[in-house]
Amino acid sequence: MSSQNPLQQSGNNLDPWYSSYAARTAGLAASEVRALFAVASRPEVVSLAGGMPAVSALPQELVIDSMNRVMREQGSVALQYGSGQGVPKLREQILDVMAMEGIKASADDVVITTGSQHALELVSKLFLDPGDVVLAEGPSYVTAIVIFRSFQAETHHVAMDEHGMIPESLRENIARLKADGRRIKFLYTIPSFQNPAGVTLTWERRVEILQIARENDILVLEDNPYGLLHFDAPPPPALRSVEEEGVIYLGTFSKTLAPGFRVGWALAPHAIREKLILANEAAVLSPSSFSQLVVSEYLDTIDWRAQVDRFRGVYRERKEAMIGALTEYLPNLSWTDPQGGFYVWLTLPPHLNSKQMLPRAVKELVAYTPGTAFFADGSGGNNIRLSFCYPTPDAIRLGIRRLQNVINGEIDLLETFAATGPLHTVRDRSYSAPPPNLD
Amino acid sequence: MSEDTTPRTVVVLAGGISHERDVSLRSGRRVADALAQRGHQVMVRDPDATLLEFLDESRPDVVWPALHGASGEDGALRSLLDMLGIAYVGSQGKSSRLAWQKPTAKVLVERAGLSTPRWVTLPRDTFRELGATQVLARVLDSLGSDLVVKPAMGGSALGVSVIESGDDLPRAVVDAYTYGEVALIEHRVRGVEVSVGIIDLGDGAFALPVVEIEPRSGVYSYEARYNAGETSFYTPARLSDDVAARAQTVALETYNILGLRHISRIDLIIDEAGVPWFLEANVLPGLTETSMVPQAILAAGFSLGSVYEKLSEVAIAESN
Repeated sequence: MSSQNPLQQSGNNLDPWYSSYAARTAGLAASEVRALFAVASRPEVVSLAGGMPAVSALPQELVIDSMNRVMREQGSVALQYGSGQGVPKLREQILDVMAMEGIKASADDVVITTGSQHALELVSKLFLDPGDVVLAEGPSYVTAIVIFRSFQAETHHVAMDEHGMIPESLRENIARLKADGRRIKFLYTIPSFQNPAGVTLTWERRVEILQIARENDILVLEDNPYGLLHFDAPPPPALRSVEEEGVIYLGTFSKTLAPGFRVGWALAPHAIREKLILANEAAVLSPSSFSQLVVSEYLDTIDWRAQVDRFRGVYRERKEAMIGALTEYLPNLSWTDPQGGFYVWLTLPPHLNSKQMLPRAVKELVAYTPGTAFFADGSGGNNIRLSFCYPTPDAIRLGIRRLQNVINGEIDLLETFAATGPLHTVRDRSYSAPPPNLD
Repeated sequence: MSEDTTPRTVVVLAGGISHERDVSLRSGRRVADALAQRGHQVMVRDPDATLLEFLDESRPDVVWPALHGASGEDGALRSLLDMLGIAYVGSQGKSSRLAWQKPTAKVLVERAGLSTPRWVTLPRDTFRELGATQVLARVLDSLGSDLVVKPAMGGSALGVSVIESGDDLPRAVVDAYTYGEVALIEHRVRGVEVSVGIIDLGDGAFALPVVEIEPRSGVYSYEARYNAGETSFYTPARLSDDVAARAQTVALETYNILGLRHISRIDLIIDEAGVPWFLEANVLPGLTETSMVPQAILAAGFSLGSVYEKLSEVAIAESN
């Protein structure tokens, strides 16, 4: 039964370019976990996984009016290439948005990007070399971790509690990494209503963390998609409101207007801004003129602050539905109670693994994001990120009730096998690429 | 479309709510594209509560159930299509059920005198009643620690573990139970992993060239199946003519034993002595870009479109 055909020695791996891919693409692959998320798009499934904004809460006529005016009055500009830095008027208007969180800046230092995700990619491209270190909260935004990895940098996590990143943990990480001769390029943080944990960095800690970064010459990358989506009191002022030279600030209209426009921005110190513009031009020539002008028109003619208030009301109601359902159906577990944003961070009993449990959840028609997605080292197994932003309150209650069945089923199964000793992991359902809609 | 073939209305069913939804969507799109390029009027539908009414009213010439996993492969939907009197490609409901339940298929194949690895089928409740430690100890005594653990129903290697140590058995069984209530624990036969596609283009079923599978990781996992580049396929397999012919014969016998129809894929391991061991039968083989039956069809000198078209015609003719 040995080989008979010399033509068949190498076989066909169905990808003639397999050996040509850049090393940084390692891990960009379909995975079992990613496949399971395909079911989340079915209407029978309550998806508590994705971070899709509730665009149904945005009256479409407001957007249609803005689009019509743009095409009627500036059509030839909207359909043309634009500046690599973005539309000047929109950059001025972004100053008003950022002022709501205490930021004073010049429009010259704003660079508009194709969503803030793109700004994150550009900043990473400017700063990260293979082997560099990025510090980030543990847990942190899954796609940020994927971007850092794509530049062959390592993400090291700084511990958090209910008040956000712990300064002492930051100090310890910096000291350890410096002692190991590692190069820390920046500190990535989502200080307000953090993704995925939902917690907010206190004012005292904001000041202290900036001080630590300054003392150690570490650039801070402040990602603030949710800051305006507070339920009651606003979060403390942005880090960028305190520190100008040491902070790059990322903002977006994806949550306060709609993600479909793909309009975000970076506010950067002058020297970095210059490089960001060049990198933006190299990547996309210019961000979408049409989208920028529609957003600008919307900000100019619509009471957008009232619309943000409506969004807050929708998300507050959904968050309360989720907390209420968790209290009713899973009273023995613990979770964060965010005061804004999109996410609740659920902690399971320590012997449960949310990634291993996901197929059972899909079978029960509820989807969530396993905590392991939010750690570069695969920890977070007994955590789940629950998104309350997209499903209705009724759907949220149904989803949590189903999750109760999933967790009880898993506990029952593990108790059945408890006497066999520790359960070794033999199959790695790896998070090689993020599931869709994990923004 | 050949000159004597009538343009057909075809409904390709793809998606569904099984764990294999993503694979199904890929298979369905490929089938739809191939048939559309042959000039047929093709619609892709994700099954939902409106499907049966839609089919009853629209009465397509033929349905392609490109649904992997439960409902698509367990025979339920196929039985309903029979009730509606609508032609469809693939095995009928009862046969699909036999193949879908891996332990049942193994029993039937073994009774017919073919080889299949020793196994035990264990519902979850068995462990609850008899104690996991006690049960697993007997399994290890009987089957050894070189094992494959899988859900008794399902595909795409979801929930499948290949283990070499008894210490890993509890976790492997727990993983299988996250996909279903019954686990199949099978002695791992070492050898060459192959698949044999069987198709019937109207003149009787026949075996396609044997496809040999060589995953880079050593295990033909979900990731190895659906990421191009992660597995090398040899078509025809690097087997002697005798052994390849034996594998094709066993695959065809299995197809007949299970009463399958039109298209299927039989997975085998060829051991050191050249003996083919039956692993499982698939009533809807993967038809994606990286799947084996399409590779075997091309290796046999057919085009995908012509084969899918002929299978459709066979289904229509049988329905009439």
